[in-house]
Amino acid sequence: MSVVADVNVRTSDVLTVRGLTVTVRDKTLVSDVDLSVGPGERVGLIGESGSGKSLTALSVLGLLPEDVTASGSVRLTGVDHELIGADERRMSRVRGRRLAMVFQEPMTALNPTMRIGDQIAEAMLIHGTRPGRGAARAAAVELLERVQLPPDTLRAYPHQLSGGQRQRVVLALALANDPALLICDEPTTALDVTVQALVLDLIVKGVVARAAALLFITHDLAVVATVCERVLVMYGGRVVESGPVGEVFTRPRHRYTEGLLAASDLETTQRRLTTIPGNVPPAGQFPSGCVFRTRCRHATEVCATTPPWTGSETTGFACHHPAEAVDD
Amino acid sequence: MTDTPAAIQVVDVVRTYTRPRTSLLRPAPVVRALRGVNLEVKEGERFGIVGESGCGKSTLLRIIAALDHATSGHVVVEGTDITRLPERRLRFLRENLQLVFQDPMSSLDPRMRVRDIIAEPLVVQGHPASGARVRELLEAVGLSADAGDRYPHQFSGGQRQRISIARALAPRPRILIADEPVSALDVSVRAQVLNLISDLVDELNLTLVFVSHDLSVVKHVCDRVAVMNAGQIVETGFTGDVYAAPQHPYTQRLVSAIPTLHRALAGATTTDLLAAKGEPG
Repeated sequence: MSVVADVNVRTSDVLTVRGLTVTVRDKTLVSDVDLSVGPGERVGLIGESGSGKSLTALSVLGLLPEDVTASGSVRLTGVDHELIGADERRMSRVRGRRLAMVFQEPMTALNPTMRIGDQIAEAMLIHGTRPGRGAARAAAVELLERVQLPPDTLRAYPHQLSGGQRQRVVLALALANDPALLICDEPTTALDVTVQALVLDLIVKGVVARAAALLFITHDLAVVATVCERVLVMYGGRVVESGPVGEVFTRPRHRYTEGLLAASDLETTQRRLTTIPGNVPPAGQFPSGCVFRTRCRHATEVCATTPPWTGSETTGFACHHPAEAVDD
Repeated sequence: MTDTPAAIQVVDVVRTYTRPRTSLLRPAPVVRALRGVNLEVKEGERFGIVGESGCGKSTLLRIIAALDHATSGHVVVEGTDITRLPERRLRFLRENLQLVFQDPMSSLDPRMRVRDIIAEPLVVQGHPASGARVRELLEAVGLSADAGDRYPHQFSGGQRQRISIARALAPRPRILIADEPVSALDVSVRAQVLNLISDLVDELNLTLVFVSHDLSVVKHVCDRVAVMNAGQIVETGFTGDVYAAPQHPYTQRLVSAIPTLHRALAGATTTDLLAAKGEPG
């Protein structure tokens, strides 16, 4: 296996995103996102629809739609060039090799006209990580075994499999070349809860076995808490809070995180759930300044200015009126 | 048990579908969607039906709402056996039993204004569809009166689900059936819609049948729950009991597979989700 080269002090992180901004025509969809994932670290990215979490992932992969442009910096360990703005020829050598993605909908991620075994073998042959067709085949069998699929899955077509089986095939594909970073975008949202449990477990085991880093995108707080060590909360295209899971989910500082936690608490004995007033604005129509101020009970005039980031790079929040820190 | 009359009784309902023949020589394959379902929902009760995809929960709902017919067995709604009734004699059911579906975009006509959507059940049933009633309904679901002039695409997912609820409540039903009403919604909006359903059920004394794949949502909303698996009800009980001490192996697996913040912060890993235990946490 390849040895991680060029490790110096600042770039020891597997993924380093700095000042990522995604725009479409005159609308800003993601603004100034900083994000780093350390080696073997499992980081969650949570947010509701329109928060920009999927666009962040697509920017890293260089898979943004045609008229959507990203600026800022995205660096991946072992890749000596900037990922933002890299041409397709260079990106296709990174994608599926050092960086792999599991999408929400496995049917669209698989080729309906190719047998499962050929698709997995192809991923390895394209990047030349296995010496030949036979070796790639054998590796495919082993990969399928790791995701608990029988060897005869090799000869099946995607439509012959269930949703959970397909998602496991996609996972096997993503892990085929031992990527340094695996990105999962809502990988279990379309699955039943018992199947979700299996797929989540396979993702974590696959990542841990390869000492790969994981960036896990979801709207489900409980899933993030189970899978990840660190979490970033996104709203309106900005990271509003980040920190260790235990910290952010027990002592939230940003008012949005606080509201989201209360709204998702179904364990409450009260008949009525705590809600966040209003609706998530459509993408690109978030207010200036603090993006959450139109729905925030604590908003004042100062919130019309963009709140500065408080705290360290990995643990902090951006709010003018944060919730009380318990240990202060 | 016999104090309150039953709003819905389902007795030994079986539903089989015949698939297209695959061979000239063999009979057409048969799918057994429901395999002898029995349940009883009391008047004024909040009853949940939980199950994973393909377990037959939607088929059961369609049969209760007389949108489909049982192959055998009976469905009694408010004392009337609806199993073999022709459509022209189901009018009482259409007035008293209303549905809210999962996807508000596909259940609202994109070419109709919201006020016409809400008034449609009234018009169809020959009631006077007054503007006052529509405004009253819009207000009840927390939408402004001018929302009536707009079209469904101008609303967000949560607001569309409010429109569906307003339409369902228009003919003043006594039974409200909600099929995964919050599955497509964001967390912050989900809480609003769950509160709305809960409030309306209380205010209007409705019987609620709430179908979901998510046991934790059902636990919050419902008093009693039936767990379905492979066309059968495997366990019925008070939601708190079923959640805390599931009896059937399938329910145990289902309960332990639900990731919760509480368990995760206590150190539960993804492997713990797979271990079927009677006691979660």
